[in-house]
Amino acid sequence: MTTTWLKERSELGVSVGLVVLGVLVLTDALSIPTDFAQRGPVGPKAVPILVGSLLLIVAVLLARDVLRGGKGEAEGGEDIDLAAPADLRTVLVLCGAFLANAALIGLVGFPISGAILFWGAAYALGSRNLGRDPLIAAGLSVTTFLIFDNLLGVPLPGGPLMEVF
Amino acid sequence: MLQQLIDGFGTALTPTHIAMAAIGVLLGTAIGVLPGIGPAMAVALLLPVTYGLEPTGAFIMFAGIYYGGMFGGSTTSILLNTPGESAAVVAAIDGNPMARQGRGAQALAAAAIGHFVGGILGTIALVVLAPVIAKHAVDIGAPDLFAIMVLAFIAVTSVLGGSRIRGVASLLIGLTIGLVGLDEMTGQQRLTFGSLHLADGVDVVIVAVALFAVGESLWVAAHLRRTALQAIPVGRPWLSRADLKRTWKPWLRGPLIGFPFGAVPAGGAEIPTFLSYVTEKRLSKHKDEFGKGAIEGVAGPEATASASAAGTLVSMLTLGLPTTAVAAVMLAAFQQYGIQPGPLLFERESSLVWGLIASLFVGLTLLLVLNLPLAPLWAKLLRIPRPYLYAGILFFASVGAYAVNADIFDLLVMFVIGLIGFAMRRYGLPVLPAIIGVILGPAAEQQMRRALQLSDGSLSGLVNTPFAIVVYVIILGIVFFPVLKRFLPSRPAEAEPKDKVDV
Repeated sequence: MTTTWLKERSELGVSVGLVVLGVLVLTDALSIPTDFAQRGPVGPKAVPILVGSLLLIVAVLLARDVLRGGKGEAEGGEDIDLAAPADLRTVLVLCGAFLANAALIGLVGFPISGAILFWGAAYALGSRNLGRDPLIAAGLSVTTFLIFDNLLGVPLPGGPLMEVF
Repeated sequence: MLQQLIDGFGTALTPTHIAMAAIGVLLGTAIGVLPGIGPAMAVALLLPVTYGLEPTGAFIMFAGIYYGGMFGGSTTSILLNTPGESAAVVAAIDGNPMARQGRGAQALAAAAIGHFVGGILGTIALVVLAPVIAKHAVDIGAPDLFAIMVLAFIAVTSVLGGSRIRGVASLLIGLTIGLVGLDEMTGQQRLTFGSLHLADGVDVVIVAVALFAVGESLWVAAHLRRTALQAIPVGRPWLSRADLKRTWKPWLRGPLIGFPFGAVPAGGAEIPTFLSYVTEKRLSKHKDEFGKGAIEGVAGPEATASASAAGTLVSMLTLGLPTTAVAAVMLAAFQQYGIQPGPLLFERESSLVWGLIASLFVGLTLLLVLNLPLAPLWAKLLRIPRPYLYAGILFFASVGAYAVNADIFDLLVMFVIGLIGFAMRRYGLPVLPAIIGVILGPAAEQQMRRALQLSDGSLSGLVNTPFAIVVYVIILGIVFFPVLKRFLPSRPAEAEPKDKVDV
């Protein structure tokens, strides 16, 4: 009973998250020193304290709503099939592709890390065309790099690959 | 004013700016047609170009995306029966049955011309009203601005969406993100946890891209439809004389409903497009066709949607008040340039504002000229493989976030906020209040502290102007409306329209 009970009310996790956030905001606010010259009657603490307190209140109200049977409606969309159960594996691989880019961009440069991101994400989402996928990934990545670097003047790290040119 | 508008056309009609408008319109339409991407995400993903472009060109492009995105969204509604964005929900009710009966071309034409008419009328209203509002608003002070922002917070959490408490939760998440960084008045660190990266605050571009693009991609990934929906093939849009006879009045009526709704906080296009639909149904001689393919049901709401976009721009430009997600992201773009939209914008950035307004006329004309012949091509976009689409969104989101400061830390921040966006979609927390909180939160705090400084800490400093009092009365009305409704005698509201319909 307990696991299904919890599963149906997993939204309570949102309440927990809001409490954590509220406590974080409040403790941070209370640690702000106010001893030195404060301009105006309201210092830097007031708004964080307000926001933090409201977070705690909303967390409680939300928990009450969930326990009374309230439910947040999951967002629909064109490509979203809410009837199917959540596919967390896809999400995890997607996160992996995203973080791989963050980890690699400084080492191998954007043209390579970006291509890995695109290919990895497409793979996670079910694309298995081993000829076309990497080609599109590489083409997109290099084109984007060149546009940003040359046309828009926004530098992206080229990495060792671009030093060849 | 006329002179300024003519000068504006001088700015808008330079080759570069016409090109920017065309790019914006095409990009906006393509993006609106593409499933999963709405205009807000489109502008968010393009925010990084603000680092490379001058402001006028960038905003001309953004405005083109806004209008183009609205049109593209209705194309998806009509051909796929699943609206790409909330403004296009109503277009599906009659547009899709029309397409299934082989009248997709007429539905698209009614939508395209409706967007043109609605956009033009809305923009004319913008030209007339915005300078007047700006002139009166120049005198408003810190308490008034704070009141308006509070109104925006309350309206966005109360009016939209099914659950107030979830709206407030979303707003607070946004406000918390907005708190990160140095306090603007004293320079003290808040929520930075000693990190130098966080001392500058979280860049609005990163928050917007994370919530809209990353959150959405992850959410779609969790529930990706394995069998893609089938789009109905369509030819070049056209209207017969009989169609025109049925559509011209809805086109003209739509803007009357759409424009005012676009201008008020949390108005957006959802409510007015629906109202327009109901109105057209009541006024139509073909009531029995509604829901089965009545062309009025496409024409009216589409004109309404574009006019509401113009109304949105009025509050965004004159008061710095974003009423929709797109406006919120555009406001973020203004902040990137260090330009503060508001009453003074029309004085300080006159050529930018009027160039932008003039370019709306240019963009709408381009939209009509390009979209009628291109419609079959747009319909093909609906067949893009979904893995590429969402991989592409994540790809460009990463490029955008990294380009802000060339800092990997930003990618990690975006990832975390993207996960928050994912959870919000899972548990029905609306995204719009969060983004409004991030963008308006810091400004609201400053105005409040400034107002209290003037009044020496007395809370009366927040309500010492007639304008502010009026705004707070409206806020109280919104907050207590559900409570009041309970005590009011239940009027037979349902009976009223029925009698009037059968005239």
